[in-house]
Amino acid sequence: MTDGGRHPRITLLTMSEVVEVKGYVGNFQVKILKKARYVDEKECTACGECTKVCPVVWPDEFDLGLSSRRAIFSPFPQAVPSAYVININECLGHNPVVCAKCVEACDKGCINFHLSDEEIVEEVGSIIVATGLEVYDPTELDEYGYTRFENVLTSLEFERLINAGGPTKGELIRPTDRKRPRSIGFIQCVGSRSARKGGNYCSNVCCMNTVKSTLMLKEHYPDMEIKVFYIDIRAFGKGFEDLYRRSRRLGVQYLRGLPGAVEETPERTLTVAVENTVTGRLQILDLDMLVLAIGIKPASSTQKLQEMLGLQLSPDGFFLEAHPKLLPVDAATRGLFYAGCAEGPKDIKESVTQASAAAARAIRLMHEGKITSEPITSMVVPEHCKSCGKCAEVCPYNVITVDVKKKIPAVVNTAACAGCGTCAAECPFGAITMNHFTDTQILQQVEALLEEDPREKILAFACNWCSYAGADYAGVSRLQYPPNVRLIRTMCSGRVDERFIWHGFLKGAPVVLVSGCHIGDCHYIDANHWTEKRVKKVHKKMSKLGIRPERLQLEWISAAEGLRFSEVMKRMETLRQGVTQDEISETIEILKNQKK
Amino acid sequence: MEQTALATAPDEIEEKTRIGVYVCHCGLNIAQTVDCQMVAESAARFDHVIVSKDIGYACSEPGQQQITDDILEHSLDRVVIASCSPRLHEPTFRHMIKEAGLNPYLLEMANLREQCSWVHMNEPEAATAKAVDLVKMAVSRVRQLRPLYEEVLPLTKRSLVIGGGIAGIQTALDLADNGFDVVLVEKKPSIGGTMAQLDKTFPTMDCSI
Ligand SMILES: Cc1cc2nc3c(=O)[nH]c(=O)nc-3n(C[C@H](O)[C@H](O)[C@H](O)COP(=O)(O)OP(=O)(O)OC[C@H]3O[C@@H](n4cnc5c(N)ncnc54)[C@H](O)[C@@H]3O)c2cc1C
Ligand code: SF4
Ligand code: SF4
Ligand code: SF4
Repeated sequence: MTDGGRHPRITLLTMSEVVEVKGYVGNFQVKILKKARYVDEKECTACGECTKVCPVVWPDEFDLGLSSRRAIFSPFPQAVPSAYVININECLGHNPVVCAKCVEACDKGCINFHLSDEEIVEEVGSIIVATGLEVYDPTELDEYGYTRFENVLTSLEFERLINAGGPTKGELIRPTDRKRPRSIGFIQCVGSRSARKGGNYCSNVCCMNTVKSTLMLKEHYPDMEIKVFYIDIRAFGKGFEDLYRRSRRLGVQYLRGLPGAVEETPERTLTVAVENTVTGRLQILDLDMLVLAIGIKPASSTQKLQEMLGLQLSPDGFFLEAHPKLLPVDAATRGLFYAGCAEGPKDIKESVTQASAAAARAIRLMHEGKITSEPITSMVVPEHCKSCGKCAEVCPYNVITVDVKKKIPAVVNTAACAGCGTCAAECPFGAITMNHFTDTQILQQVEALLEEDPREKILAFACNWCSYAGADYAGVSRLQYPPNVRLIRTMCSGRVDERFIWHGFLKGAPVVLVSGCHIGDCHYIDANHWTEKRVKKVHKKMSKLGIRPERLQLEWISAAEGLRFSEVMKRMETLRQGVTQDEISETIEILKNQKK
Repeated sequence: MEQTALATAPDEIEEKTRIGVYVCHCGLNIAQTVDCQMVAESAARFDHVIVSKDIGYACSEPGQQQITDDILEHSLDRVVIASCSPRLHEPTFRHMIKEAGLNPYLLEMANLREQCSWVHMNEPEAATAKAVDLVKMAVSRVRQLRPLYEEVLPLTKRSLVIGGGIAGIQTALDLADNGFDVVLVEKKPSIGGTMAQLDKTFPTMDCSI
């Protein structure tokens, strides 16, 4: 930790959050908001004189409220940077007349209420997301009495209580009488592996964390009675089974079954009713203290960052990697990587392994100091451009310049073009060529698939990042669906030109599906908004022409929604079966007449 | 819709276009459901297809060697690989045809595994018919592909690490020790994350900080 704060190549910005990211792989511009600390980070020697005089007392969040601190405080003894910090919302003294006692107490004059929040802009070539975890809040699961009984603690609170640096200097005490508990129970899977509350995934560390806690207790208090209530103990890692066995050998009782209810006795002990699923018997136990082995959730800022960086999430809410086996620390977007619990619940060893892997992947990308760009970008054909400005309006990256007044044709900054193809789909004059996904290339696929028995086929467009990946995921999960669908891959659903849809119907397609990332998840910021608008427009035109709008469907399918993909395919097939040959022929006639 | 008229006419295809099609068995992953030989035979009849073969594992060393040899022997200028998802092996095959002297963008893949054999396991005939269609679509697309060239751009040799828990700290240190500047952004007043709150940690049972 201290190395991280001291390294000459590391600029450490604490109390800071990323508020905006622009640019593309190799050349990101990042805006960071650094909150004022009100204490000079470099000058403060952490002598603590200021804290002694501060009159404001608050619960200490680091100790989860088990101890208190002042409005000016050190986050914890080994903090990096070690400088004290003022919580300005609690402080009385930013109006010096009221207090400012700390300003006087600090000989070095480090405290300055005039400091203000700063906005910092940094240029970087790669970004590593390591936003970690948040613990599950068991308030909603009140059958265990967390909010009602003081002697029911979470595993993290328990960690603070047995920590030598914690509020009790490592002495385990019961919150109600400050006496050492004679018996203690641990309840596993709190907020994990549950379809009802919390996550339905395994949080990965809580079994071993409990095993660890029991060993520490047995070391200090060999006579303490310890019970663990569990579904099954997951001790899969190197050396884990040994620890588990040691814990059992030392007399810790592992009882299979989760308690149904917890009640408090007048003596403030806890009565636990549990069905032992090994013996099938209901047991009523009396314990001095209960610890809830709470699960791991994604950090609260996950969604904000996901939107800002155009990333994807797994169904459980953690960041989704580019490939679950082969690219475990890469994001689907080039230049972005994951490390630690941001990607999923894991222990320290795995977090560190992933962190080194992410660093190696970032170095691999950056070490040459240059980057080869994908040539899948759009290109304006100036002779066809009427300088209407539509493309510049729709480009999510603002990389098209066009002078509407002076009628200067549009120009794409190809280095910054991300290749979604929205501009090509929206240009009313067909003046944009989308490389590798040209109109002709796509229309030829449409023709090929409708060449024979078009009535039997489902024409479906899928974006590379979400719905095509979702189709792959359906495959990996071996989900079976009707074999009539033929997928055409585009990078973004924004590429799906109206003309592709009309051409499909003209060639006899009974139904057409356009699919992409969910709104908010678009790999190209918000290009799929244009998809949505366009499909609405086509629907209207279809109604006007007397073509049933239901025959064109729009679905959002994420990369993790294999099941949803297969279900959409089943629905499309039902829809297809409802379209008769007569209806198809009529549509073809209507469209042919339109053409004339 | 006067728009329907636009851009439907295929670009002129040079008569000498020479396409190679390879239908991969992926062991039994594809071949168990899809009749790969039949698909390859059908593809042989499509315009401009010079070579069409089924092949055990297209991505394996010998598989790639066989395709490379064909490219050279038959002067192929475009290749269709009908195998797994392009999301998995497109880079592999682009690299392969590049090594054989072609522009890497003159490749198209048909997804016969994730989007055909694995999802229509009980319908081998329909799956085979779909596979033929997917290859046909890939062939019509590959005919129209144009060589593309990558651009070399400058890059900033610095990294941003968001989050100063053990993962963020380790990433930052590894990058920094390798000579890259790092901006480490942490929203709290101190780095350390969850681990800083733990006393002893499994499996070593030692102090965490
Ligand atoms: C009760 C408990 C006990 C555990 N015991 C053990 C154990 O004994 N052994 C073991 O190996 N593992 C244990 N673990 C797991 C261990 O804590 C994690 O593996 C490890 O902390 C993960 O590190 P991380 O860096 O990914 O995340 P974190 O430690 O959560 O760090 C993430 C950091 O990112 C910051 N951050 C979040 N969002 C933003 C943002 N938007 N901008 C800037 N900064 C942000 C956070 O403030 C935090 O500092 C335990 C976990 C719990 C909950
Ligand atoms: S690690 Fe153990 S306690 Fe935690 S969720 Fe998984 S099974 Fe439950
Ligand atoms: S939308 Fe088309 S015509 Fe309009 S400015 Fe852009 S390229 Fe030119
Ligand atoms: S392809 Fe997308 S990113 Fe590129 S210029 Fe067009 S709209 Fe912008």
